[in-house]
Amino acid sequence: MSQNDKDIFARREFLKGSAAIAGATAVGTLLPSAMALAQQGKLKVGLMLPYTGTFAQLGVAITNGFKLAVDERGGKLAGREIEFITVDDESNPAKAPENVNKLVQRDKVDVVIGTVHSGVVMGMAKVLKESGTLWINPNGGAGAMTGAACAPNFFRTSFSNWQTTHALGKVLKAKGHKTAVFITWKYAAGEEMMEGFKEGFEKEGGKLVKELYTPFPQVEFQALLTEIASIKPDAVVAFFAGGGAAKFLKDYQAAGLKGKIPLYGSGFLTDGVLDAVGDAAEGVETTLHYADGLDTKKDKAFRLAYAKTFKLQPDVYAVQGYDAGQLLAAGLEAVKGNVADKVGVIKGMEAAKIDSPRGQWTLSKAHNPVQDMYLRKVVGKENKSQGVAWKALADPARGCKA
Amino acid sequence: MDLAFFLIQLLNGLQYGLLLFLVSSGLTLVFGIMGIINLAHGSFYMVGAYLAWSLASMTGNLATAILLAIPLTVVLGMALERLLFRHLYSRDHLYQVLLTYGLILVFEELRSLIWGDDVHGVAVPALLNASIPLTENLSYPVYRLAISGVCLLLALALYFLIQKTRLGMMIRAGASNRDMVQSLGIDIKLIYTLVFALGVALAAFAGMINAPLSSVTPNMGSHVLIICFVVVVIGGIGSVKGAMAASLMIGLAETFGQVLVPEVAGMIVYVLMAIVLVWRPEGLFGRK
Amino acid sequence: MNNVRFSRSLPYAVIGLLAMFPMLDSTFYTQLLSKVLIMAIFAMSLDLLVGYTGLVSFGHAAYFGLAGYVLALLAAKFEAVSLWWSLPAAIGICVAFALATGMLVLRTRGIYFIMVTLAFAQMLFFVFHDTKLGGGSDGIYIYTKPTMNLGDTVLVNLEKLDQFYWLVLFCTAGTYFLLRRILGSSFGRALMGIKVNEHRMRALGFPVFRYQLASFALAGGLGGLAGYLAAVQFGFVNPEILSWHQSGAVLMMVILGGMGTLHGAVIGAFAFVLLQEVLSNQAWFGIAAKHWQLAMGILIMLVALYLPQGLAGLMNKFQRKPPPEAEEGADV
Repeated sequence: MSQNDKDIFARREFLKGSAAIAGATAVGTLLPSAMALAQQGKLKVGLMLPYTGTFAQLGVAITNGFKLAVDERGGKLAGREIEFITVDDESNPAKAPENVNKLVQRDKVDVVIGTVHSGVVMGMAKVLKESGTLWINPNGGAGAMTGAACAPNFFRTSFSNWQTTHALGKVLKAKGHKTAVFITWKYAAGEEMMEGFKEGFEKEGGKLVKELYTPFPQVEFQALLTEIASIKPDAVVAFFAGGGAAKFLKDYQAAGLKGKIPLYGSGFLTDGVLDAVGDAAEGVETTLHYADGLDTKKDKAFRLAYAKTFKLQPDVYAVQGYDAGQLLAAGLEAVKGNVADKVGVIKGMEAAKIDSPRGQWTLSKAHNPVQDMYLRKVVGKENKSQGVAWKALADPARGCKA
Repeated sequence: MDLAFFLIQLLNGLQYGLLLFLVSSGLTLVFGIMGIINLAHGSFYMVGAYLAWSLASMTGNLATAILLAIPLTVVLGMALERLLFRHLYSRDHLYQVLLTYGLILVFEELRSLIWGDDVHGVAVPALLNASIPLTENLSYPVYRLAISGVCLLLALALYFLIQKTRLGMMIRAGASNRDMVQSLGIDIKLIYTLVFALGVALAAFAGMINAPLSSVTPNMGSHVLIICFVVVVIGGIGSVKGAMAASLMIGLAETFGQVLVPEVAGMIVYVLMAIVLVWRPEGLFGRK
Repeated sequence: MNNVRFSRSLPYAVIGLLAMFPMLDSTFYTQLLSKVLIMAIFAMSLDLLVGYTGLVSFGHAAYFGLAGYVLALLAAKFEAVSLWWSLPAAIGICVAFALATGMLVLRTRGIYFIMVTLAFAQMLFFVFHDTKLGGGSDGIYIYTKPTMNLGDTVLVNLEKLDQFYWLVLFCTAGTYFLLRRILGSSFGRALMGIKVNEHRMRALGFPVFRYQLASFALAGGLGGLAGYLAAVQFGFVNPEILSWHQSGAVLMMVILGGMGTLHGAVIGAFAFVLLQEVLSNQAWFGIAAKHWQLAMGILIMLVALYLPQGLAGLMNKFQRKPPPEAEEGADV
C-alpha cells in the first residue's frame, strides 16, 4: 500500500473511530472482528518520546532500554512480533494531544509508551483517558497521572515526583538536621518534590523554614544562595536537573556553602552531571529508586548487556524503559498475546512482580511502582548506594478513585 | 535579613545591574542616535555567548576566546548595518520591528545549525576561580567581582567617548540633526556604521563575559532583550546615563524581589516601568 | 462599475465557499482552516489599531492569551462549560483589561507606545508564568469543550469539529462585517483622521483620547474572541500564548497582508499560517523542515524591505489601482 492510500484509509478510520470512542465509556469494548484482526498482525507499540531538544538523550535511553527488554525475549513479547511507531514529542505540551492522537487514531497502536516531560504526560492523560488505550509511562513523574487523573489503562514504571524526595525526611532526621531550606525551579515537578519532602520531614519533627524558587529554566542562583546563607538552616534540599543541576552544584561551591551547610536532593540533582561539575558534587547525598554499585546479579547483567548492545553506559532512564518492556511482557503473557483482552492485560500487569535492575518492585493500586528508595552519595564520578533509605515506598495517590 | 546580608544582596543586585547596563547601553545608543528599534539586540548577546563557548573549547582559554570573538562581532555589526539596517532609517518603526523580528528567527536557526540545540557551560577562568569569604558561611566568587569591574570600566570609557572625544561630539550632533552634520562634511554614514557595530560588540561582549555565570542556551537572548527594552524605556531613549540608572534599579528590584516577594518577582520590573512611564512618559533621563 | 460590484460581493462568495469546506470530510484540513480563520480574527483586531488608528501595539497577544486563560479557568474539570456566558465573560474581561491598560499606554507615543504595550503583555505573561493561578509555566489543559444549550437540547457542541468550524467561520465573518461597518461610520473616519494627523483632529474638537481608547478596547475584545476560540481548538493554554513572539507573529500577519485593509489582515493570516504549515512539512522539505523558521525569518525581512504594502498592496499594483486610504507613514 502506498503512503497515500494508507493516509486516506487512516483518515476514514479516524472518522469512524472517533464516533465509536464518543460512545464507548469503558475499556475493552472493541468489536469481535477487530479482536481477531489484532491477534494476527504484529503488536503495534507507539513510542512517544523526546528525540530532539533538551531531553533527547533521555528519550534515546528509554527507547534503548525498552528494546533491550524485547530483544531479551527473542524480539517478541508473548509470541507477538513488535512493530514500533515513533513520534517525537519535542517535550512540547502544546503539541501533546495532537501527537498522541496521531498514534491512537491514525496508527491505531495497541499500547503507548511515553514520555519524559510532565506537562506532555498530562496532555497524553487527557487523550488516553478518553480512548482507553493501554499506556505505560517510563518517566514523567506528574503526581496527577496516578493521582487525581488515574485510570485503569494508565501505568508508570518510573516514579512520582513525590516519591523522589519523601524519603529524605527520614535521612535528614537520622543525621540530626532539624531545619531545612528547599530550593527548586518554579514549576509543577519542583513543587511536587517540595511537597513530598516537606511531608516526610515534618512527620519526623523537622521544620522546612523556607521554600525558594527560581523561574524555570533560569540558572541564576546568586540571590537565593545569599538568602540561604542568611537563614543558616541545618541542611539544604534541592531539585534541579541537567544543565541547571550542574550550574547549581558549581554555584553552591563557589558561594562557599559547600562544607558549611550539607546539601541533599532528589537524585536527579546528581544524575548525569558528575562529569561536568568536577568536585563540586563530591559528598552530596540524594535519594532515588536507582543507584550505582547496587551489586545485584540482575543489575550487573543489565549493565553489561546494555553497554554491549548500545556502546553506552545505562542510566536510570534506561532502567525505566527496560522495565516498561518487562511490564508489558508480563501483561501480554497473562493473555497469551491477545492484546484485545484489555482487562486481562491490565490484570496481568497489576499482578506482575518486576525483577528490575533497581530491585524487585510491584504496582500500587493506582499503577505506580512501590519501590525501594536508595540513599546515594556522590563519590568520584558515581552515585554510590549507601543502602535503602525507605523500603517499598508507595505514592499516596491522592485523589485517585479508580 | 541582617545588615551584612542586606549588603551582600545589594552587591548581587548591583553586579546584575552592571551587566544589564553593558547589554542595554548598545541598545540605547542605536535607539537614540539612529532612531532604530532593534529587536535582534538580544541575538547579539546570544551570539557572543556561543562564540565564547565554542572558541573557549577550541583554544581552552576564555580570555583568548574573547579576544578572538570581539573583532568578529564588530565585523558582524558593520555588515548588518551596511546590508540591512541602513535601509530602515527613514522608515516607520513598524518595519524596523518587523525586520528585526525576522532577524531573530534567522539568528536562532543559524545558531541551531552551527552550534546545535544543547545547553553548554563555560568554565570560569582558572585565574579568577576563587571565592572571598564574606561571612562565616558565605563567600563571594571573584569572577563576579571581576566582571563588575570590567562593566564599570567600560561604562566610564563609554562616557568619555561620548562626552569628551571628537567622535563622540559628531555622534551627539548626528543624533540631533542628521542633515546639518552631513552638510558640515562629516561622513554620517560611517558614524552610523561605527555606532551600530559598537552596539553589537557591547551586547556580544556582555554575553561572552556572562557565559560562565549563566550557561549558554538556545533562546537566551530573548529574556535579555525584553529586560533591555525596559531599561532603555525607563532610562530614556538614547541616554547612556539613564541606562545606567535604570539598569541598577532593575538589578536591585529583581534581586530583592526574588528573595522578599518571590510570587510576584517576575512582574516587578514591568510594574516599575509602568509607574515611571505614568510619572515621566519620556523616561528618567529622556528628552521631551 | 462591474469591478465595484465584484469586490462588494466577493466577501460573501468567499464565506459561502468556506462554509462548504467541511463537506470535503478532511479532519486535518478543517482543523487547519479553523486555525487560519481564528488568526484572521486576531489579525483584523490588531489591524484596527495598527492600520486604522495608527497605534503600533506590540503586546496584542495579551488579550489573545487572557481570554484563553479565562476559558481554562472557567471550564470545570469534567463538565462542559456553557458557551452562552463563558464567551461573553472572556471578551468582557479582555475589554476591561484593555480599558485599564489603555488609560496608561495611550499617554505615550511612537517607540514608547510600542514598548509599553509590550511591557503590559509581559506583566500578564509573568502573572500566569509565576503564580499558581493558571498552572504556572506548565500551563493547563481544557478537558471538555464548551457547549451551547437551550433548555436540555444541545444547540452547539464544540467537541464536534464541523460545528466548531462553523462557529469560527461565523465569528470571522461577524468580525469582518462589524469592523467594516464601524470603519465606515463617522467614528471610523475620525480614527483614520487621528492616524493621519492627531493634532489637527484635536484642534477640530475631537476627543482624540476617548476615540483611541474605544478603538483600543474594541481591538482587545476582538483579540479575546480569537484567543477564546484558539483555546477551545487546542484544549490547552500556557504562558507562551501571550508571549511577545505571538505578538510579533500577528503583527507580521497584518503587515504581510497589507495593513489598513481588512481583507489584507485576512489574507495575511492565511498566508502566514499556511506558509508555516508548508515550510515545516517534513514530507516536502525533509530535514530542512526542522529549520523552517530560517526561511520564515528571511521572508519576513524581505517583506519589511520590499513589500511595505503587503500582499494586498501587491494585488493593487497588479490592478493598477492606487493604494487605499492614507498611505502609511504619512504621519512621519
